[in-house]
Amino acid sequence: MRIDVMKTYKLYIGGAFPRSESGRSYELKDKKGNFIANPALASRKDLRDAVVAAKAAFSGWSHATAYNRGQILYRMAEMLEGRTEQFVAEIKALEGVSDSVARKQVQDSIDLWVWYAGWSDKISTTSGGTNPIAGPYYNFTIPEPLGVVGVIADEKESLLGLTRGLAPVITSGNTAVLIASERLPLSAISLAEVMATSDLPAGVVNILTGSKSELIPWLASHMEVDGIDLSGADKKLDGEIKKAGTENLKRIYRFEKDASLKRILSFMEYKTVWHPIGI
Amino acid sequence: MSELGNKLIDGSESSLRAFLDNLPGVDKVGAEGRAAMLGTRSIKTTSKARAIDLAISMVDLTTLEGADTPGKVRSLCAKALRPDPRDLTVPHVGAICVYNDMVKVARNYLDSIGGQSIPVAAVSTAFPSGRASMEVKLRDTLDAIESGASEIDMVIDRGAFLSGKFGLVFDEIREIKALCGEKAHLKVILETGELATYDNVRKASYLAMLAGADFIKTSTGKVSPAATPPVVLVMLEAVRDFFALTGKKIGVKPAGGIRTTKDAIKQLVLVNETTGPEWLSPKLFRIGASALLNDLLMQRMKLSNGRYSSANYVTVD
Repeated sequence: MRIDVMKTYKLYIGGAFPRSESGRSYELKDKKGNFIANPALASRKDLRDAVVAAKAAFSGWSHATAYNRGQILYRMAEMLEGRTEQFVAEIKALEGVSDSVARKQVQDSIDLWVWYAGWSDKISTTSGGTNPIAGPYYNFTIPEPLGVVGVIADEKESLLGLTRGLAPVITSGNTAVLIASERLPLSAISLAEVMATSDLPAGVVNILTGSKSELIPWLASHMEVDGIDLSGADKKLDGEIKKAGTENLKRIYRFEKDASLKRILSFMEYKTVWHPIGI
Repeated sequence: MSELGNKLIDGSESSLRAFLDNLPGVDKVGAEGRAAMLGTRSIKTTSKARAIDLAISMVDLTTLEGADTPGKVRSLCAKALRPDPRDLTVPHVGAICVYNDMVKVARNYLDSIGGQSIPVAAVSTAFPSGRASMEVKLRDTLDAIESGASEIDMVIDRGAFLSGKFGLVFDEIREIKALCGEKAHLKVILETGELATYDNVRKASYLAMLAGADFIKTSTGKVSPAATPPVVLVMLEAVRDFFALTGKKIGVKPAGGIRTTKDAIKQLVLVNETTGPEWLSPKLFRIGASALLNDLLMQRMKLSNGRYSSANYVTVD
């Protein structure tokens, strides 16, 4: 007989997999009450460290060529494909769905990563452009990434929710701090393992598991965070989050389920350049 | 040589060697263990607020780049006086630390903006290597003092120290000290990153103190490792023991590698637990740093308004 080697579900900060600095974890059970895992219960200091890592990674990631970013996102889809069985097992265990439903969710997620990977080097062309003006200037507008974006993962379908939140944010060059679903955190940590093996630079995505109500106020008031995707947060918190976010004019949005350009452009800033000609 | 040093040595190479070689060795494991243990102290809320303000007042705000310009030095001076222009309760820093040719710029500008109480420190004696003739080192120091420096950060000749020429190093420090006289405070840089062992750090600390240093400073900032906690602990112990022997209070200045508030507070804990609270003053403890000040300010903002701050709200140096 062999003793099982159980996985320790840890955080993902700056490319490393630390435990919570607080040393805390919480017990995760499936719908029937069976023990599943002890994921880390992140503290506000883990959040602070995650934002520091995301900020540090922003310059490199946003200045990488769009083509390169797209390649890396596509690489993530490749890695996900190879780990399909692991994600299917985790989704089945926590969401209590059938094998085919879980498999469909993983496949849809992979396809969505590929979809957003493709947008990386097209978004500035389709959404920016040259502007007609009456003067000796070449005038053009391009969208640029904001900076650090907080993503509060969708509670419904774990892996698909993560993909919907993360892919549009990082494809344009933002870096992300993701607060995983409290009830469905396994896919988030396993996705971190995919990222760690996909040439995604350390700190571009940072993943925290734990109590949303504990972490969200710190995320919302953090002056280094430039935007928040609220999609997975309790609607009752919207007012509080938006109020805290006013201090540094955060872009705060709640999205419907669909994959759309709006999700990418919401966390981009238009820059218009006036370039003198004929001088 | 200081009068007090006279009690311990007569100034000759042999007396110096006898004294330094008879110093007890440093327990490496013990020193590192103690520094690590003190580093785990948790300083929170009001204690943290006090520690941050104290640390700000101890910062020797430093720019030592080949690319320094008068403009950069002036903006650094403005920051030294008002580290956070939106919050006038932030204390000014301990000093400005620049290369010799920038001393006049810094002094004049500080005087013109009301920063008369902020001293200007100059790095002299062929900083950072110290590889020049004594004549040049003396001229270098004199130049800094004449330009208005009231603190001199000199480097020791590490090559001479490591090859056991204690007398040579001793005489150099003594001569520079004589030149400084009452006009300038003398900080002696040991460059601990090049001294190899804690025993050498202890010996060099005593050597500098015997020769008349007002401060002993860990590093130039150009060599790594720099101001690690165990090195600072060994130097603080030397200062404590020297005080017991002679009654003279020598200051300590860690420099290099202290970039975060946490690092700075660890240093303050070391001071409090080794030399005692009397050394928790800019008169006897300084921190040589540049990036540290922004982190201290961001932590201060966090304490005062409860939000994590951003680098967008401090200056780009």
